[in-house]
Amino acid sequence: MEKIIKIKDLITEYDGRRILDGITLDIKENEVFIILGGSGCGKTTLLKHIIGLLKPVSGSIEVFDQEIVGMEEEDLDEILMKCGVLFQNGALLNSLSVGENVAIPLEQHSNLDRELINRIIETKLNLVELAHAMYLSPAELSGGMKKRAALARAIALDPLILFCDEPSAGLDPITSKAIDDLLLQLKRQLNMTIVVVTHELASIHRIADRIVFLDQGKALFVGTLKEALASDIKEIREFFTVGRFE
Amino acid sequence: MNSFEFKKDTLVLKDELTIINAEAFLNFVSANISSIKKENKFSIDLANLRTIDSAGVAAIDQVIDSLKKSSIETKITNASEKVQNSLTAFSSLELTGKDFVKPRKLGYFEGLGDKGFNFFDNVKYFIYLAADMFFWGVVGIFSKKGQRKGEFVVQSNLIGVNALPIVGLISFLVGFILSLQSAQQLRSFGANIFIVDLIAISMTREMGPLMTAIILAGRSGSAIASEIATMKISEELDALKTMALNPIKYVVLPKLYAMTIATPLLTIFADIIGIMGGFLIGITYLKLSPTAFVDRMAHVMVLKDIITSVVKSFVFAWLITIVGVFFGLRAKGGAGGVGRSTTASVVTAIFMVIVADSILGLLFY
Ligand SMILES: Nc1ncnc2c1ncn2[C@@H]1O[C@H](COP(=O)(O)OP(=O)(O)OP(=O)(O)O)[C@@H](O)[C@H]1O
Ligand SMILES: [Mg+2]
Repeated sequence: MEKIIKIKDLITEYDGRRILDGITLDIKENEVFIILGGSGCGKTTLLKHIIGLLKPVSGSIEVFDQEIVGMEEEDLDEILMKCGVLFQNGALLNSLSVGENVAIPLEQHSNLDRELINRIIETKLNLVELAHAMYLSPAELSGGMKKRAALARAIALDPLILFCDEPSAGLDPITSKAIDDLLLQLKRQLNMTIVVVTHELASIHRIADRIVFLDQGKALFVGTLKEALASDIKEIREFFTVGRFE
Repeated sequence: MNSFEFKKDTLVLKDELTIINAEAFLNFVSANISSIKKENKFSIDLANLRTIDSAGVAAIDQVIDSLKKSSIETKITNASEKVQNSLTAFSSLELTGKDFVKPRKLGYFEGLGDKGFNFFDNVKYFIYLAADMFFWGVVGIFSKKGQRKGEFVVQSNLIGVNALPIVGLISFLVGFILSLQSAQQLRSFGANIFIVDLIAISMTREMGPLMTAIILAGRSGSAIASEIATMKISEELDALKTMALNPIKYVVLPKLYAMTIATPLLTIFADIIGIMGGFLIGITYLKLSPTAFVDRMAHVMVLKDIITSVVKSFVFAWLITIVGVFFGLRAKGGAGGVGRSTTASVVTAIFMVIVADSILGLLFY
């Protein structure tokens, strides 16, 4: 499989505080890649660098074989049009209804007419089981519903790469499984590459192809789920055993 | 009745040591500190202590730590199992030196330099932002791509139409009072008719644009700053960027256009209403005939007065919008951050409007 994202020696800081300290990893086409690590270890930070929202101190990030560090805004936009992003807190525009939120990318980056756009919105909302919430405002949604609405917006343009920051945090196990099934469906049917930050063991077992485990700014482990389960690195063994019912 | 008792080198605690009497315990120890130091050894007897909470444990630990500095070892004796469990769970003795990283505080001159550097950084960013907004403002007229549909109408209503009553009321009062104050002086010279010169020129050149701008800075400048700050803090702007949308185009342009159109119109409206205030004084208090007032006005008002009014209002509109957007985009740190940027935006906008008014006043004099 082709490498779709290549990260090399990525070093990042917030106000001089080192967060990521030399991360090197590749993400392959059409795989589900999981970013793991303790709370506050820099998973969201890594994600935001890959989509060019934050500028690293040093290192290189290639997406679709193009270096995005220091890239011109227009070129970055070209790349972002092929990516969908689900933010950790949803980041829906509060002044628009749920349906209008999903419509933003369609209205702005296509010249489809309104009727067609509406039909697409309905399908996407239906995929995340939010058809009934189309005309509600984000303020009227629960935390989990916001996440699902934001996921619908992220896949509005059928992106090649989908980034999800904790898609199933705060969801019940059934809905969480439904989201996982949706991600797998997107992977199989649309050949999407999916990058997911998650802590849910059940979810990891269901969807993961490969995993990176971040710890103290370093990538402690990069490999397949199978390798991770067999790993004898203490932190990883702990992660996979502590959460399991025995 | 006191639950602390001091016997030779032993402090006996009874009943309970909790958040309620922890402070009293510390005071009790410091009152007896001299005798403790004399003995050179010290123990705390917990045999009769039934309850202790984290505040109690912290108090005991504080005593242990402070006595350790005068190299006196403290022994804890006879703790029941329950008390011992609390002592272990809440112990703060091993915490010192753990990584509670405090941000380094800047020295006085360092702080001053940092402030200066920040200030220039802000000025630089402000100029970039102004240039960016000007660029997209012009480009956006010709290409609607990346702008939010229908938003211009919504914003024009919010910024322009909804402001009509307050702008009208305030300009009327300003025109009315301005004329009333001068009318008496004019009447004593028998120069009644000159009220027309006075009110027409001062309203169009100065008070109309200025009052409108100040109202808009408070009303719309603050709304712009707080909306953008909220969007920044809840990552809505980041989300727009990842959808390959430029927040300036998508969020700011409709507001900029609405301000650019609404401010001059509101200003002309304010001019007219203000002059009507003067008209009322003219025909009542100064006993001018309405035709005389209108005739005189047609005579003294020149195109330049109206142009001054409009040019000023354009400049003010842009200043208010840029300042609002600037503080909105610079917001950080939760709900408090939104409040701070909003306040800063109103204060700065009013200040800059008045400075710009003075400069333009000199230019158009
Ligand atoms: N805007 C910011 N300014 C300063 N520091 C930040 C900012 N955002 C995050 N950090 C710091 O960066 C570190 C990593 O944060 P990040 O959000 O990437 O964690 P995370 O791994 O996503 O955690 P979680 O699982 O809780 O979402 C944290 O120590 C945090 O304090
Ligand atoms: Mg996170």
